[in-house]
Amino acid sequence: MSKKEKRYPPGDPARPPRPPALPGVYDYRDLLVLQAATTAQRSYASQIRSLDELLARDKQREQDGFPRKIRIGRMVKPGRGSKAKVVVVPTTVEEKFIHDPNFTDRQEGQGAGGSGDGQEGEVIGEQPVREQDEGSGAGPGQGEGGQHEMESSAYDLGKILTEQFELPNLKDKGKKRSLTRYTYDLTDRNRGFGQVLDKKATIRRVLETNIHLGKVAQGKPVDPAELMIAPTDMVYRILSREKDFESQALVFFLRDYSGSMAGKTTELVVSQHVLIYSWLLYQYANQVESRFILHDTTAKEVEDFYTYYNSKVAGGTQVAAAYRLVNEIVQSENLATDYNIYVFHGTDGDDWETDGKTAIAELKTMLGYASRVGITVARHSASVHGKTEVEKYMAASGLLESRPALIRMDVMDEDADEARLIEGIKTLISE
Amino acid sequence: MELIDQHSKKIMEGCKERARDAGLSFEDETLEYIVTNRDLVELSPKIMIPTLYDYWVHDVEVLKGRGKYELYPSNPYETVINTRPAISFYNDNNPDWLNVMIFYHVLGHIDFFQNNIYFRHTWDYDFTGEALSDKRVIAKLRREHGRWVDYVIEFARGIDNLVGYHREINNIYGHNLPKYSDRINYYFDVFLQSKKHVKTSEFIKEIEHYNECCRRDKGALGEKTFLAEVDRRHPEFSALFEKHRKNSKAPARDLLQFLMEKSAKLNKETNAWMKIILQVVRKTSLFFQPQIRTKIMNEGWASYWHETLFLQDDRIKGHEVDFARVNSAVTAMPRVGLNPYALGMKLFYWLEEMADKGRLAWDYQRIADRNRRRRYDAGTGEGKRFIFDVRENFCDFTFISRFVDQEFIDRNKLFVAGRRLNESKMVWEYYVKSRKAEDYRRMLNDALYHPPHITIDPEKTKNGTLYLVHHFEGKPLLQEFIPNTMLGIEFLWGGTVQLETSEPAANHKFASQLGAGQTVTENGRPKPEIKWRRVLYTMKDRKLAKRPV
Repeated sequence: MSKKEKRYPPGDPARPPRPPALPGVYDYRDLLVLQAATTAQRSYASQIRSLDELLARDKQREQDGFPRKIRIGRMVKPGRGSKAKVVVVPTTVEEKFIHDPNFTDRQEGQGAGGSGDGQEGEVIGEQPVREQDEGSGAGPGQGEGGQHEMESSAYDLGKILTEQFELPNLKDKGKKRSLTRYTYDLTDRNRGFGQVLDKKATIRRVLETNIHLGKVAQGKPVDPAELMIAPTDMVYRILSREKDFESQALVFFLRDYSGSMAGKTTELVVSQHVLIYSWLLYQYANQVESRFILHDTTAKEVEDFYTYYNSKVAGGTQVAAAYRLVNEIVQSENLATDYNIYVFHGTDGDDWETDGKTAIAELKTMLGYASRVGITVARHSASVHGKTEVEKYMAASGLLESRPALIRMDVMDEDADEARLIEGIKTLISE
Repeated sequence: MELIDQHSKKIMEGCKERARDAGLSFEDETLEYIVTNRDLVELSPKIMIPTLYDYWVHDVEVLKGRGKYELYPSNPYETVINTRPAISFYNDNNPDWLNVMIFYHVLGHIDFFQNNIYFRHTWDYDFTGEALSDKRVIAKLRREHGRWVDYVIEFARGIDNLVGYHREINNIYGHNLPKYSDRINYYFDVFLQSKKHVKTSEFIKEIEHYNECCRRDKGALGEKTFLAEVDRRHPEFSALFEKHRKNSKAPARDLLQFLMEKSAKLNKETNAWMKIILQVVRKTSLFFQPQIRTKIMNEGWASYWHETLFLQDDRIKGHEVDFARVNSAVTAMPRVGLNPYALGMKLFYWLEEMADKGRLAWDYQRIADRNRRRRYDAGTGEGKRFIFDVRENFCDFTFISRFVDQEFIDRNKLFVAGRRLNESKMVWEYYVKSRKAEDYRRMLNDALYHPPHITIDPEKTKNGTLYLVHHFEGKPLLQEFIPNTMLGIEFLWGGTVQLETSEPAANHKFASQLGAGQTVTENGRPKPEIKWRRVLYTMKDRKLAKRPV
């Protein structure tokens, strides 16, 4: 135990995530408790309409000299499967003077209510710290009351980002062209002749013909023997040539998911990654592929954004592992020749490898093929003692100065807001 | 939104009769509406008030989670609202027996709204009616002033949790006191007690002497004689009184009131419309204040009555099991967590029993012997009367502080639950932290709604600068909300705004930011004792600066 404490000095705590707060006195409401009403869901249509209005309002605010108030890009539980779908919730907050709810001077002393048997000091229940693939991750927008989600395609979000927040357009989309190749597939239909009979479509046509002929009466059983079949009723599928557009851009999203990342830092990094992804999607007109990599001391690839977003462990941190995995994937799949490759890495700046030798080496390899590498450091506000490991060794390597076109780093505090996030993206992706 | 059908309304009327017979008292008229999901979409951001003014934030998902009770001191998704007539909301597919239970619950709430003294300021008017006219006024202003109306609403709402609610209540009840002159009040309330520290017997003698003078000389003259005598005996009295009067010159006001009265900007003729909005926002906030401050009592009272009256109701025979299932879900004490329905209801049952047996008396309290205590029953049968008194005169804070005692804790097996990290198993462990009433009360009090205490310093408010003082109570303000809140006040004030508050001195680390379990000692105190320092925020020309005081 004492060994562990040495590893996580107070200040950059590798503390495990805090479990969600227990429902308090004010979380009980009559309609929900007595009548089992569910929290109201807004219709998507009305929200999509309102987003434009809200953004226009926000722009007006800025012109009037007040800070923007709408925050977008907060995503809630991205669904499995279709990757291009991102959930966007336009949110806001009404600011007032309130006591800091996160000030937990007496957190342990305060405790929660409880009832039932048990001696003082007796453990009455356990809750695992690590809850992999559990729907409500340490993400934004969780909690009671349900979310009024608005689904918008990531493409739209990219458009909003580019237009409303004046993110730069890519000047040169790189050396790689969009590859067009042909594939052959049994997708076209043809009447009269062909390779494979489409039985369902044929029956439908036959019936149609016979209804016209008055051979099928409504409400009566159909006798197939009576039906007339014309040669043109036969529907076939034939082999056809299809153009297949290859993606032009490939984005690697890397994220430290070690224990220290729990909470706000993860939220920040993932939010920013969603925004970057959306922006690229718009820039490349949907021709973007993405790969997701999580790392603590070792790195692994996960299949979708959902897992990427929701995974947590309580391990240590080695940045080099993630970079190495990217290099391996790129090399083994020979991706560098066909794609513009982007790598975005989110971390809290913690690295057990304090001199970053291996990480820098891997990074240099990466710079050989990548169009842009962007590193986001979401610093814990508690770490008052200057720079994090990643910042230190990045500075020492001099890469940021010598290859500014290829690698960027953005350092923010963990309580950064949406505006700061978008500012950060500008740093990471600007030419 | 449509009214419930006649069949259900008839059931409701039956419930009212039975509730009245049991001693509840409420106005005759009530309105019951069926609400659909679509209605709830509109109602919940407006805190279930159908006629509340429109505001764009109501249409946006509001970030919750961070101190949400402090931010929104009013509960959406309540079933009944405190209007005249009281309005309640129902699902359209509730079975009759469930409606009976909910009707009783609703009647419990209405009785509470209409009898608890903390709601006194809401008794004389119908909030929905006023809200409707306010809504129209704001719509009209919006046509004239466009988006600036929304800015003013936003900034006014930014300080609507600082309304002087208790002062408002105090003013209402203060009028019932007999009037004495300031001089007499000062002599008896301050001079004798704080300056002279006279003994009780002497104090009473003084009062008797005053009465004597009044009896002899009739009214004003009697007072004069008395005061002349006071001056003779205490030559310093007059000077002290004058000093006192000077110091207490500034009448206490909340920030919204102060701005409406003193802000040069708001008092320009062209800006008069802004004051209307401030007035509306303030009134709305005041209306909801008692609700959040009586959550445990209100829910406890309603639960007590829905349970009691449902079980006595002859119309729903055969649905006892259905009822038991729903009711237990509502009123069960969770193993870990706080359920206001359960806690409040248990307290009312407990108090009824205690009062029935005459245990809320000195005779019982002084008994030390366990067995005698257990058997004690004076048979006073005062239970019902007592809990009706409690529902009239208490709020959550006083309710908890006064009645949550060790016997109640033991009876209901309550405890304060703690949570700690077990690093070897990587689990959060929940454990029984304390079964002491004192700790449980503190835990409850910490969970109650409590906005920061911020007042205007009349001395330092000069040269166009508004000086606010946060009276520190052990918890700092949420820093990230300070800039925009102050920006709003600056806009309304039309000049520089300063806020004096406390913050932990630099380099201090909160317990929450350290590894769990390693920083907090056995007694729950964090090891590095926090050093607090006073800081002064200054918002000038929409720029915020901070410096230590």
